[in-house]
Amino acid sequence: MQFSYSLLFFLFLFCGGSVYGNTIEICESCPVRSIKEGISQASGYDTLLIKKGTYKEFNIVVDKPLTILGKGYPVVDGEDQGEIITIISDNVTVDGLFIINVGTSYTKDYAAIRVIKSKNFKIQNVVLEKLFFGIYLEKATDGIVYHNKIIGDAVEEFNSGNGIQLWYCKNIKVERNHVQRVRDGIYLEFSDEVIIKNNVSIDNVRYGLHFMFSNNDAYEGNTFENNGAGVAVMFSKNIRMSDNVFRKNWGTASFGLLLKEINDAEISGNIFEENTIGISIEGSNRIKYEKNSFTNNGWALKVRGACYGNSFVGNNFLYNSFDVSYNSKLNDNVFTGNYWSDYTGYDLDKNGVGDVPYRPVKLFSYIVNRTPETIILLRSLFMDIIDFSEKVSPVFTPDNLMDGAPLMKKVQ
Amino acid sequence: MIKILKYSFYDLMRSRWSYVYFIFYLLLGFVLLFLNNEISKAVITLMNVIIVLVPLIGTIFGVMYFYNSREFTELLLAQPIKRTSIFLGQFLGVASSLTLSLVLGLGIPFMMYGLFRSNAIWDFSLLLVTGAFLTFIFTALAFNIALSNENKIKGFGYAVLLWLFLAVIYDGFFLMSLILLEEYPLDTFSLVASMLNPIDLSRTLILLKLDISALLGYTGAVFKKFFGTDYGLSISIVILFLWTILPILSLKFKASKKDF
Amino acid sequence: MIQVKNVYKKFGKNQVLSGLDLSINGGGIFAVLGPNGSGKTTLIKSILGMVIPDKGDILVQENLIKNKWKYRKDINYLPQIANFPGNLKVKELMAMIMDLRQKPGDGKNLIERFSLEPHLHKKLATLSGGTKQKVNIVLAFMFDSQLLVLDEPTTGLDPNALIQLKELLRKEKEQGKTILITSHILQFVEEMADEVIYLLEGKIYFKGSIADLKKKTNQDNFEHAIAAIASQTHD
Repeated sequence: MQFSYSLLFFLFLFCGGSVYGNTIEICESCPVRSIKEGISQASGYDTLLIKKGTYKEFNIVVDKPLTILGKGYPVVDGEDQGEIITIISDNVTVDGLFIINVGTSYTKDYAAIRVIKSKNFKIQNVVLEKLFFGIYLEKATDGIVYHNKIIGDAVEEFNSGNGIQLWYCKNIKVERNHVQRVRDGIYLEFSDEVIIKNNVSIDNVRYGLHFMFSNNDAYEGNTFENNGAGVAVMFSKNIRMSDNVFRKNWGTASFGLLLKEINDAEISGNIFEENTIGISIEGSNRIKYEKNSFTNNGWALKVRGACYGNSFVGNNFLYNSFDVSYNSKLNDNVFTGNYWSDYTGYDLDKNGVGDVPYRPVKLFSYIVNRTPETIILLRSLFMDIIDFSEKVSPVFTPDNLMDGAPLMKKVQ
Repeated sequence: MIKILKYSFYDLMRSRWSYVYFIFYLLLGFVLLFLNNEISKAVITLMNVIIVLVPLIGTIFGVMYFYNSREFTELLLAQPIKRTSIFLGQFLGVASSLTLSLVLGLGIPFMMYGLFRSNAIWDFSLLLVTGAFLTFIFTALAFNIALSNENKIKGFGYAVLLWLFLAVIYDGFFLMSLILLEEYPLDTFSLVASMLNPIDLSRTLILLKLDISALLGYTGAVFKKFFGTDYGLSISIVILFLWTILPILSLKFKASKKDF
Repeated sequence: MIQVKNVYKKFGKNQVLSGLDLSINGGGIFAVLGPNGSGKTTLIKSILGMVIPDKGDILVQENLIKNKWKYRKDINYLPQIANFPGNLKVKELMAMIMDLRQKPGDGKNLIERFSLEPHLHKKLATLSGGTKQKVNIVLAFMFDSQLLVLDEPTTGLDPNALIQLKELLRKEKEQGKTILITSHILQFVEEMADEVIYLLEGKIYFKGSIADLKKKTNQDNFEHAIAAIASQTHD
């Protein structure tokens, strides 16, 4: 309820002015007392103005191009019966509703708001609580999901749903939403040309953001914090990831960002802070990592399996327990011009670039991969000695894996 | 005992060595900050130094003080003072003056660099507390060694060996046994093994703060409980206390049996 | 004053005291003599509680001393090697000992007697051996105690200081104090001692006045008497 009343009023005026329909008021003392009734009475491009109150309804099907506008956050209570609003028409706007108690089912993915095969929809300023799935877009295109607040109470993966889910969608904008405590904060499957911007996705049971088989998408300026794991990007192409913050994704094999079978992506300007693994990379090729900051992570980068043609340029690696971990002796990736806080070399010619190369892979990270309990010897003198000898003459670590031009100062 | 503590402390505070130690830390602090330009980074480098050097200095200084003040000790023994008070007083004198040098020597440069405005202050305080513990533990161990060995050279030798063992060799064996036994569940073993060495224990305590993200990446349930909750911190501190108290008790016992 | 009953002490394989019995009653100067390694210092240190006997009892003023420390309030001790914490000044050392003993001490006369004023503000580390020994003596005589234990008090003293020391000892004796001395300087012992205690192989070999000793060994000369005692044992 952080949006001011006047803003709503303004929006109302704006919408009312731009759309050429009638306005139907819905309230307890009005002639029209339920949303369903309102929809059945309305004709295309009308506005349903829902006044403050509680509406115990579910299975509301929006089958005409309507603007459903809540005033003073009317509560739509589904009483755990099932799905609440299903949009099957194009040009529908849902704005300013407080939707609670979506039914939980193990066979059907009930959502608070579902959009099916529709175009030009807009879902904004909606607050969802006690939900199963939040906003579920199914084969929808050209829509906007803007400034919604989704607060779940998920504890386990198997009986919880996703906050915002996109399935076979195209050209959708997901902006300034706040998603908390659901399974996956935002989930994309087979969805292309989606832009995910300035969202906050925290405390989710599984992932903050999850891509599967989705191409040509971008997400930027989002914050992913304290999720089971931050963002998982799998089997997708041409994803641009920039200026996001991945924080405190802690736990066994938890990560800020997981890349699995990803090709031709660009990852830039992101901040990875205090994650167990900053970026976990598996079988991903031709990815550009630029100007990211990795701070206080367990592992800044964990590279597994075959990864080719990736380049890491101008990133900051600050105080991570391990900067880079590799599980093979081969390296086809380029590290250059990064800043490494562990770098101990010198810069005699004062050109801002260290005169000796930096080797980011420590022998110890191999040992820990093999016998995880050895992590307890982290930072011991004995390990430092062993790491040092490996640095001098690499036996286990790829000998061409080094930053030949390590920076002396942090990249700003 | 308080009087002996006072005089030992007073004596040490005027000795060249306390200054050397103090100035060493002061320089170390400034150099680290100068080279790293940043408190968080300096704190991490400092951790390595504290874990390794503080025990070494504590051991050597303890042994040295004990042997050098032998005559003074004898003088005191002939006075109407309880025996254990003499040794405990001297021990506390040495340990506290070393701790003071450590805290001031490192504290001053870090404070001048804006420690209080930095969020590394907790890490830094934890480092100093751990350093203080290590000083007490290793000074007490050194006193024990010196009390048991009349021969100075031998005493020094044992002291340095003890340090070498706990600081390096122990971890070598530790690592070997972890790798050799890797098929078995090892988290309890590795936690216990690190509790048995005060240096490892202090390191673990610091890891809890600096590397918690990495530690939480491990799957074992015991590890998880230990590192993921306050459980680990409390246990570590309790055992660190034990590590401090046990050598002191042994010192007391040895002192009451010893001939001069 | 002092009872030593059947005391045994072994350092490693070396049996230093083996069933030593000694009883010292009343005032006077008692000199403990004996060849090197006969256990003189061990005996003294046992009385002071610095060495803990393996077996046997020691009583000082009728009290068992084992694990006790308060009885040392009535003992002044002069250790063999005077080595003090080097960072302290002479004055501070005296103040410290006074503070530790919680007993009024008269240092002033003694300082004058040994002309230590110019050294009072020097650090102990900078003093010569003789001066240190003087400080040592001052510390031992500062307090008014019934029993004085002096381990080689003459070491490093110049003739003048030696005269002063003798005078001091006489004064203390006149006050009826018990003074236990070890010394290698037989002349000094002959001049000062009322009784001689001769230790050999961890036992009291002889105890009595110098006259008795001469008589026993049929020697006129004290030095010869001592030498005779030592050689008798080899018979």
